[in-house]
Amino acid sequence: MYELFSDLGSWLTSGEQWAGPDGIAHRLAEHLQYSLIATLVAAVIALPVGLLIGHTGRGAFLAINLSSFGRALPTVGLVVLVFLASGLSMTPVYVALVALAVPAIVTNTYAGMTAVDADVKDAARGQGMRAHQVLFQVELPLALPLIMTGLRLALIQVVATATIAAYVSFGGLGRYVFDGLAQRDLVQVLGGAVLVAVIAVVLDLVLAGLQRALFRHRHHAAH
Amino acid sequence: MTVEWAWISDHASDLATLTVSHLQAALTAVALGLLISLPLAVVAHRIRPLRGLLLGLSNVLFTIPSIAIFVLLLPVTGLTRTTTVVGLTVYTLVVLLRNTVEGLDAVPVKVREAARAMGTRPLRTLLTVELPLALPVIMAGVRIATVMSISLVSVATYIGDGGLGQLFTDGFQRNFPTPVITGVVLTLLLALVADALLVAVQYVLTPWTRKRGA
Repeated sequence: MYELFSDLGSWLTSGEQWAGPDGIAHRLAEHLQYSLIATLVAAVIALPVGLLIGHTGRGAFLAINLSSFGRALPTVGLVVLVFLASGLSMTPVYVALVALAVPAIVTNTYAGMTAVDADVKDAARGQGMRAHQVLFQVELPLALPLIMTGLRLALIQVVATATIAAYVSFGGLGRYVFDGLAQRDLVQVLGGAVLVAVIAVVLDLVLAGLQRALFRHRHHAAH
Repeated sequence: MTVEWAWISDHASDLATLTVSHLQAALTAVALGLLISLPLAVVAHRIRPLRGLLLGLSNVLFTIPSIAIFVLLLPVTGLTRTTTVVGLTVYTLVVLLRNTVEGLDAVPVKVREAARAMGTRPLRTLLTVELPLALPVIMAGVRIATVMSISLVSVATYIGDGGLGQLFTDGFQRNFPTPVITGVVLTLLLALVADALLVAVQYVLTPWTRKRGA
């Protein structure tokens, strides 16, 4: 076991391993690219839906069921299915990753919107604010912390799952996991897994820091 | 992409075996996850400094790609069902631990104080007052963990297990969509049925939550 860890240590730190098109630096960049594009696309789809459902109060049933449907959808199956239907491209990977991220963002956005105090909304309307003003100037800012939670959750899941790109012959850190599996090279598999976990945690911390920096002026002392 | 119905009827008994094996792996993992996270949640709830540590640790475990968890276990448990179940259990911990701690947190202080004032011992208070009141939130966690596990079992196909997930690798290798579609649909159905059953269980276990609407 000790030997395994020391091998892993030298795998992760050797300069040779970091360089070149198969190197960690390049694979890391690919992995980040897949993850960020997928999360961004998911956010563009999911945020308006979550805001609309939360604002109008209609379609909550849809939001809740969508989220449990999304969780139930087996990612491996989805990737293979889209792959067989559309052929060799990144499409299957992006479809699966976006499908994974959308429910988390929709449900958290919706939850954030419904958690906004009804009295606050009434007050805003009483002051003569229009529907879109209430939405963008009152509800949205108050719902932001939970919306950010949804985005962070989605990003973590996407980063962890983007490993699957390698299964359909693309890059990213999953390359090490799947190549290592095929070559029975445990060190390589573990190296890939550790890197994925590390960037997931780092990205989460970055988003958490961003969130804190943006909303420093607001303190929710007691709910 | 067409479904060859004949393939499905020809393989009905294989499909049934895979479905049972799939469900077995997922349910065992959730049961084990509950067994581990209930005591841990009580500790995290009572001892503040440990709370961040335990929740943080379970969050980190969640970021490890599932395929990597299975592979990580290979040197210890080999190509067995144990690897699948242990790997899935790790994933259930995040949801189960967080929800149980939140459920316990949400028990009103007054209720706890009333129990103490009546001379109820701490363990008894936990078992007969706090846990039942936390049950709706815990059950929400159990539902998420169950659906998630059912969907994740298929990842174990890379280590030779994976229940219905075997249909995905099979279809991928033979460029044959029917098993893949069948696998996805059966997985979704399993998750749907399991979730509905858990809602029913919760309904039976928490009669007091029903009276509110009346």
